Amino acid sequence: MNARALPLYATIVIFLIAYAICYAQFPAMLSTRVIANLLTDNAYLGIVAVGMTVVILSGGIDLSVGSVISFSGVFIAVILRDTGLHPVVAFALLLAVTTGFGAAMGGLIHGLAMPPFIVTLAGMFLARGAAYMLTIDSVPIDHSFYDLLQDAYWLMPGGGRLRLIGIVMLLSVAGGMVLAHRTRFGTAIFALGGGEHTARLMGVAVGRTTILIYAFSGFMAGLSGIVFSIYTGSGYPLATVGTELTAIATVVIGGTILTGGSGYVFGTLIGVLTMGLIQTYIVFDGSLSSWWTKIVIGILLLAFILLQKGLLHVGRRQRGAAA
Amino acid sequence: MLLTIRNLTKTFPGTVALDDVRFDLAAGEVHALLGENGAGKSTLIKCLTGVHPRDRGEITLDGAPISPGSTLEAQALGIGTVYQEVNLLPNLTVAENLTFGRQPTRFGLVLQRRMRAQAEAMLEGYGLGHLDVSRELGTLSVAVQQLVAIARAVALSGKVLILDEPTASLDARETEMLFDVVRRLRGQGLGIVFISHFLDQVFDLCDRLTVLRNGQHIVTAETAVTDRLELIHHMLGHELEEAESRHSGRAGGAEMLRFEGLARRGKVEPFDLTVREGEVIGLAGLLGAGRTETADLLFGRTPADRGTARDAEGALDLGTPRAAIAEGFGYAPEDRKTDGIIADLSVRENIALALQARRGWARPIPRAEQRALADDYIRRLDIRTPDAEKAVGDLSGGNQQKVVLARWLAMNPRFLILDEPTRGIDVGAHAEILRLIGELTDRGMSILLISSEFDELIAASDRVIVLRDRRHVTELVGEEIETGRILRAIAAHDAPDARGAAEAVA
Repeated sequence: MNARALPLYATIVIFLIAYAICYAQFPAMLSTRVIANLLTDNAYLGIVAVGMTVVILSGGIDLSVGSVISFSGVFIAVILRDTGLHPVVAFALLLAVTTGFGAAMGGLIHGLAMPPFIVTLAGMFLARGAAYMLTIDSVPIDHSFYDLLQDAYWLMPGGGRLRLIGIVMLLSVAGGMVLAHRTRFGTAIFALGGGEHTARLMGVAVGRTTILIYAFSGFMAGLSGIVFSIYTGSGYPLATVGTELTAIATVVIGGTILTGGSGYVFGTLIGVLTMGLIQTYIVFDGSLSSWWTKIVIGILLLAFILLQKGLLHVGRRQRGAAA
Repeated sequence: MLLTIRNLTKTFPGTVALDDVRFDLAAGEVHALLGENGAGKSTLIKCLTGVHPRDRGEITLDGAPISPGSTLEAQALGIGTVYQEVNLLPNLTVAENLTFGRQPTRFGLVLQRRMRAQAEAMLEGYGLGHLDVSRELGTLSVAVQQLVAIARAVALSGKVLILDEPTASLDARETEMLFDVVRRLRGQGLGIVFISHFLDQVFDLCDRLTVLRNGQHIVTAETAVTDRLELIHHMLGHELEEAESRHSGRAGGAEMLRFEGLARRGKVEPFDLTVREGEVIGLAGLLGAGRTETADLLFGRTPADRGTARDAEGALDLGTPRAAIAEGFGYAPEDRKTDGIIADLSVRENIALALQARRGWARPIPRAEQRALADDYIRRLDIRTPDAEKAVGDLSGGNQQKVVLARWLAMNPRFLILDEPTRGIDVGAHAEILRLIGELTDRGMSILLISSEFDELIAASDRVIVLRDRRHVTELVGEEIETGRILRAIAAHDAPDARGAAEAVA
């Protein structure tokens, strides 16, 4: 069995066990309504986590995405409030801006040989500041097209309503999986994560790849911002503070190694769902504080990092024995 | 000729790395490139593969002049390189590594099955049997990774294959596997440049050999008609004048340390060593013979995986440098700049470092005391520095070496390992360091001296141990210590039974 896939299997097993426990206590948890809500409520997180997975697979990190999501909401809300543009045009404008923003960060990371941590940290402050410049209030979005988007759903058997944004999230995950695991560009991402120097020697266009990776993350953050604005029906510059860290946590819980070069986009989806499941459990229970989500996530994260270290160790020993 | 290099010259600030070098390679031959440290082998390879631009000279491939600007360009021209450290990606599968950049795709999607089939086809004839190409490369042994790297280089380049110390971390069986592949590739008409420190392998595999020394072309000859002793003379460039041994005949003191069967897989074959009080033991051998590896073993830098070390009081713990220091060992490593000094710290801080480490960080040595210590050694070792607060990186090589020595002398070790203590320092400092070695042994300290300068070994050592291919092959005592004997020991053929023994250990 492939040792690298073990964290992914572990994630899936943990998710299934957690679901079984929830089901034992609250049989209603197995209904498609709960599943549909799980996907809808975490849609924005899932989308941005796909971008984050790609960045982390390449050995980088993108701290700007939480700010970019809130900037996106504010940007759309202000445009719809102050101009007569159709939301679709606003979406296109926004995605161009966030993608360009990501590409610019990627360009700086490569061009100046700067650590992604610092560059995207600057990006985080920039995007948050830009959101404040547009408005300091929560701006409601009131547009008939938005109502249409919010009401669109697929009625699942059993009465669950999978809303449009949940479908967008699932499509993003599928798209991310194809990109990372089935294209030459995806192999180049893994190559960068395995070692930049070697990747260069093997013919990876390091600069272009780096720019594309961060542009992709910027695009996903913009898309996540659109989804979030549909979900909340407003734009607020103080929203989604710390979402970048939650996204990183879901990526790691999903079995991707934080140093890059190994992981699965599908695992990230499971990571997002695990996180959502804990929240749902707390809602069902009714008496637990919502902070328990954070505590459980913290414990899970620690457990996964230890698991990965352990696997690395075992892998090295096995190779030593085989050599 | 497939590849011709003429008048190749490359200078770096302060040194001429290559001086008017020539080299040629025929299709269907394996050509060894030999030389000691600083001979210019790696510079030659780097100029050839586009890593360094050359100052002067011309390179022709198939009769056409080339000047690749990068390894990728060299690869596209037909020159592939495989290094000792495999330059492939351990986190990708074998198939992905082999087809990287040229994976078969349809509508932008990689066709997995066809990619695997291509990879399997590329590996045909490499004796890898039914290797599962969807395994991650990093889970395979170094030898297999090496073969995969060669397969990729051959498939991508297909004219010239450069193997830079490919066997350095392989055992005898794996080396044989690799050689079979190299011979097959030679049969297919590839020109192969083979760089290795193992002379047996060179004589076993190569058709011709070229020796470089100090950036100059020394000789190119058919391997079959080359005499080993002559070859080593070419590589070392020593005049065969007999240096006088100062210490010869001096009786060693009481036995102090005894190492038995010490070894580490892939680094040093098992050896026994007894160290007496106040003696200098020299280690002689070619580059890669296992001299530094032996020192690393004794000091716990790469701990031994078998064997014992003991003194009069019992077993010694040499598991880490820290443990070895606690046992009274000191080590001035070969690569002074990266392993010996901390360039940005002052002379005072560098000298006090090991002493402070032994005292523990909770009890800092008072600054005045450090200062006195540093001033004392600056005077005693005649370290040329304006004052003790000067950053060590600003001093000359010889003075840096003295600072490293001072650090260990401040610890008063009983056993001091000096790896190439005189490399890169001027003649005056050279003589001083040799004089110091004499003084230290007079005070009862024992020294293990590693040097590629035979006259230095002969002048300073009471005993000389000769290493060849990671094995301790001969020990010379007193009158026996002379250049001729050392050379003959280095040049000696491997007896078949010794080979077998090496294999059994591996």
